[in-house]
Amino acid sequence: MRLLIIEDDRESADYLVKAFREVGYIADLASDGEEGLSLADTGDYDVLVVDRMLPKRDGLSVIGTLRDKGNRTPVLILSALGQVDDRIKGLRAGGDDYLPKPYSFAELLARVEVLSRRHGGPAEETVYRVGDLELDRLSHRVLRGSEELTLQPREFRLLEYLMKHAGQVVTRTMLLENVWDYHFDPQTNVIDVHISRLRSKIDKGFDRPLLHTIRGAGYMVRDGIR
Amino acid sequence: MTAFGKLIRTTAFRLTLVYLFLFALFAASLLGYFAWNTRRLITEQITTTVNAEFAELNDLYSRRGLRGLVNAIENRAMRPGANLYLVTTPTGQAVAGNVAALGNGIMATTGWSETLYHRLDEQRKAPHRALVRVDELSSGFRLLIGRDLEERRRIFSIVAKAAQWSMLIVVVLGLAGGVFVARRVLRRIDAMTGTTRRIMEGDLSGRLPVGRSGDELDRLADNLNAMLERIETLMTGLKEVSDNIAHDLKTPLTRLRNRAEEALAASGNEADYRAALERTIEESDGLIRTFNALLMIARAESGQVRGNMDNFDAAEVANGIHELYEPLAEDNGMTLRVVTQPAPLHGNRELISQALANLVENAIKYGRPASPVQPPGPEMASDAKLGEILIEARRDGDTVLLSVTDHGPGIPEADRKHAIERFVRLEASRTQPGSGLGLSLASAVATLHRGELRLSDAEPGLRATLAIPALSGEGLVEQI
Repeated sequence: MRLLIIEDDRESADYLVKAFREVGYIADLASDGEEGLSLADTGDYDVLVVDRMLPKRDGLSVIGTLRDKGNRTPVLILSALGQVDDRIKGLRAGGDDYLPKPYSFAELLARVEVLSRRHGGPAEETVYRVGDLELDRLSHRVLRGSEELTLQPREFRLLEYLMKHAGQVVTRTMLLENVWDYHFDPQTNVIDVHISRLRSKIDKGFDRPLLHTIRGAGYMVRDGIR
Repeated sequence: MTAFGKLIRTTAFRLTLVYLFLFALFAASLLGYFAWNTRRLITEQITTTVNAEFAELNDLYSRRGLRGLVNAIENRAMRPGANLYLVTTPTGQAVAGNVAALGNGIMATTGWSETLYHRLDEQRKAPHRALVRVDELSSGFRLLIGRDLEERRRIFSIVAKAAQWSMLIVVVLGLAGGVFVARRVLRRIDAMTGTTRRIMEGDLSGRLPVGRSGDELDRLADNLNAMLERIETLMTGLKEVSDNIAHDLKTPLTRLRNRAEEALAASGNEADYRAALERTIEESDGLIRTFNALLMIARAESGQVRGNMDNFDAAEVANGIHELYEPLAEDNGMTLRVVTQPAPLHGNRELISQALANLVENAIKYGRPASPVQPPGPEMASDAKLGEILIEARRDGDTVLLSVTDHGPGIPEADRKHAIERFVRLEASRTQPGSGLGLSLASAVATLHRGELRLSDAEPGLRATLAIPALSGEGLVEQI
């Protein structure tokens, strides 16, 4: 995967480039809005990571210009402005995701992976399958092997989101945002409790666990132990 | 700028000048109209009288001849305030009358004319002006009848004098009034300017003087005072935030630093370093959360998030939060119940959800019954209630009430106000994790929506209620 990071703070930019390289991605760096725009314009990237406040050209204006030119590369906006209305502004300008600073690299990585998949991925399937777990999005039925599982509506949506991103790390914040549509930070481990309930329904009594906890990052549904 | 310069530059003074001009114009045209009409009236009266007398004398002449006419004229000319009479021969010789001298050629032209004349009995004095009619009698004799115009002149001069005086009075009174008003306004504006300057120099407690008349300046001052009040509240809030950051963020920061220093000093193995780093990250995450909550409170309190408001039902928020927290409560050995009825309001859904989430988190953290819940026995029937947390959304008149009730130890009445303040964690809860900002965020959110956070006794336990103005009738219709 090829990333373009548009970020003017040298230290955090270098940190990001290095961290992405360590997980096997190619990351290019632009340190101001103009440079970022001309690099992004080549269209060689899978995901753009754009800081909101940039010298020469504001991050939102970079995104707006790219979108006007028909460039659909997924954009993740990084911003020191973490409030609800700033997030909405960022998404309206054409961003695909919004991450307030300070962030953990695990969170950023998880979101970038989801974005790259969203871009290149196949059309939305109606049935998700991971191992012997099967989720039918139309009939709202969940099967583990031949056994039908009874899930609460919210558990169904939680599993749906996890299975849609099977093989990818999904963070707690991503779950809260996408499954519950809340954009605040609970001070408690409220998501973990939901996950453990879901886990007890889909994994309990089966040999191969499918819902894994990724330490320091979040959760992942995949067949096999990482 | 000199005091006078300042005075004549005021709006009040300039307005006065404009009005002064308008009033002078008005007075002048009124007097002009009066003078012109009076003059017309007098002239008309004279012509009528003269014409009547002419007809009368003409008639007399035709009946009694020249002698009769002369007699009648001699007779009439003697009366005090008499008209002017003159009878001449066809060659211009005066035969009878009371006129000594006339303007040239007056007797030669028939009809109306104005002329200077002397009366026979006052030849020494200055000539008077008169309006006269001359006509030829049947014999070629000529008859002049006229009327002195002194009266008309006198009225005219009275009017002219009145005009002069009224102009003078208008100008003097107008200018004085203008100066008076301008000075009054200027004095008040100067007072306001002085206060504003003091406020700009940093004394935020200053307020503009407000009079009792309720005029436009008072209203302006009132509004400015309300604005200053708001600014002062915001500034105090800001100061409080920075004080709190200084006090309460420094502690965890110091802890963080100490831990890093300790790890650096101790010659540990990789596992020790790793553990120290993980704790450092954990601690900084906590700091970030606290910081975010503080920013959120500050923004809610300053009203900056008002832009993102829409109409929604508080019952949905209550159900959503119930759904999110129900498993957590259960894991903590409590039950979370929700009771809702439609309660539409206008606000920021995200913030209200967060405020309610904070209240629920608090209830889960602190709402545990003081005595451990016994296994349910026959005598413990009411204790089942003790581990219960109730979320309620309902509408009470014009207010939407979103409340969270627990049956824990509650907060003593004396401490309740204190509990809402930032970073306050009552003694009993020091051991629990959390930033101590939950209630203050909820309170700030309520304030943002022009409502309030109420803490009351649930006997036993705490009931925390967000009371927010409900959507008005029209809004309801709109929403449906």
